[in-house]
Amino acid sequence: MSEISNQLESLSYKAQQIANEASQLASSVAETSGGHSDFIIFGITVLVLACFVGYYVVWSVTPALHSPLMGVTNAISSVIIVGALLAAGPVDSNISKYFGLVAVTLAAVNIFGGFVVTNRMLSMFKKKQ
Amino acid sequence: MSTLTTAAYLVSSVLFILSLRGLSHPSTARRGNFLGILGMTIAIVTTLSNPGVLSYKEIGIAFLIGGLIGTSIAVKIQMTALPQLVAAFHSLVGLAAVFVAASAYYNPSAFNIGAVGSIPIGSLIEMSIGTAIGAVTFTGSIIAFGKLQGFVSGNPLVFKGQHFINLLLGLGIIALIVKFCIDQNQELFWLIVFASFVIGVLLIVPIGGADMPVIVSMLNSYSGWAAAGIGFTLSNNLLIITGALVGSSGAILSYIMCKGMNRSFLNVLLGGFGGEQAASAGGVKDDRQAKQGNAADAAFMMKNSKTIIIVPGYGMAVAQAQHALREMGDLLKAAGADVRYAIHPVAGRMPGHMNVLLAEANVPYDEVLELDEINRDFSETDVAFVIGANDVTNPAAKTDKTSAIYGMPILDVENAGQVFFVKRGMASGYAGVQNELFFRDNTLMLFGDAKKVCEDIIKGLEN
Repeated sequence: MSEISNQLESLSYKAQQIANEASQLASSVAETSGGHSDFIIFGITVLVLACFVGYYVVWSVTPALHSPLMGVTNAISSVIIVGALLAAGPVDSNISKYFGLVAVTLAAVNIFGGFVVTNRMLSMFKKKQ
Repeated sequence: MSTLTTAAYLVSSVLFILSLRGLSHPSTARRGNFLGILGMTIAIVTTLSNPGVLSYKEIGIAFLIGGLIGTSIAVKIQMTALPQLVAAFHSLVGLAAVFVAASAYYNPSAFNIGAVGSIPIGSLIEMSIGTAIGAVTFTGSIIAFGKLQGFVSGNPLVFKGQHFINLLLGLGIIALIVKFCIDQNQELFWLIVFASFVIGVLLIVPIGGADMPVIVSMLNSYSGWAAAGIGFTLSNNLLIITGALVGSSGAILSYIMCKGMNRSFLNVLLGGFGGEQAASAGGVKDDRQAKQGNAADAAFMMKNSKTIIIVPGYGMAVAQAQHALREMGDLLKAAGADVRYAIHPVAGRMPGHMNVLLAEANVPYDEVLELDEINRDFSETDVAFVIGANDVTNPAAKTDKTSAIYGMPILDVENAGQVFFVKRGMASGYAGVQNELFFRDNTLMLFGDAKKVCEDIIKGLEN
């Protein structure tokens, strides 16, 4: 009798474990499919449309200003600092946070350097007096 | 992400688009740059207000250090060194992308992409692609920087089986990414980084110095795609939009540069073009004598000319001759001549390089014209003054089908009444092709350093 009850106990324990795992799996699947892969399609839509915007905007840039264009695009590509700030954000120190802080520094060099040098270039372009 | 945050990021994206739009004309360009700064400020402030971002002190210090370094470099840099500066900045974006991706890998919860060891496969793919592009951008830009700055030889470095090795490495990186997405193993992550570092170096070493405008533009494009890749990891539209803007901008600039040389992008990428190797292969010994003049002759002839077109090239930048050149132009204008400048799309070492240098020397931008705008006017021009340019004026591009530069659009300086060539010697240009123009009757060579020659002409004009 006790053997059977023991077996039952262990079986019910196992069943609970399986149920737990299943629910975890289900929730992670829901997260992956409902949350993230939806964003992939959405993100690709945004990417493609932004490429078209970029195409038309960049072709309208006058060739004389192609160097400043590189300066500005270089500066704004440092918008990657958004990711760096999120990485550096948590209070507890770990390797992930240090990587984030390094990325913040690198991106900041670029943001300031890019905008300042572009401003220097543009301030030199003058019309005939 | 809250609605407010999303809206703020959208405002940033729009400001970035408007900032590029501002560059369509010099009169609106500074406002464009300001809008870019505004967009970046909004993006940073919005991110700082994220509840997950708490370590303000450390972030502030990191930001300040970076900002100080960036500003002091940008304030001090000489305008002739712009191409290498831009290349160096690109490398930083690439490296930052690698660090952000690494950080996301070690602490995915900060980015809302699951926990360590159970990152969703979609995020893993995005993360590893972003990392690979960032790493290629990093080392590729460093090599480009070295070539432009002169740390690394500007000559193409070619060896046997080079492209095969690159192909193997490329396939290897793809295989590593696949394996990483299955195993989520940290060694695999760093292997992807390392292999991408190596391929970044190998891709750029075979490319010669004068092809750097294409490469710098291409790396500009890569830095954008790296940002977009990280944008997918973060599910952040701002990064995707900005990345796409930068990516397409760089791609278009590379395309314009390639077209300016009548070469395909692939041809540039495969490398081996130009440098000493090409010069010895293509340089047929020429016994003809070019007519040589001196600064006094040039000053006298130009003083009596009505119309003058100046064609600057990389040699002007190397000699820092832009200020002396502008002074010469001013004296000629005072003597009653109409002086204009003609810029070839690939003049210099980055797109628009010559325009910036002339602007620095206070040449008004409405006197500086592009190839399409001015090329017809050479036939009605008394004097074409070519300073530090060579291949972009070579008529062989139109007539000689066997020439390495055949089909390249050129400035038709040969049609001018008189052509002056300011050059250091008779050496052929980057493409290793002899310039027919040196031996024409209406050509006079002015040998010497570009700046020195301009100063001598100024003396001649003042007398």
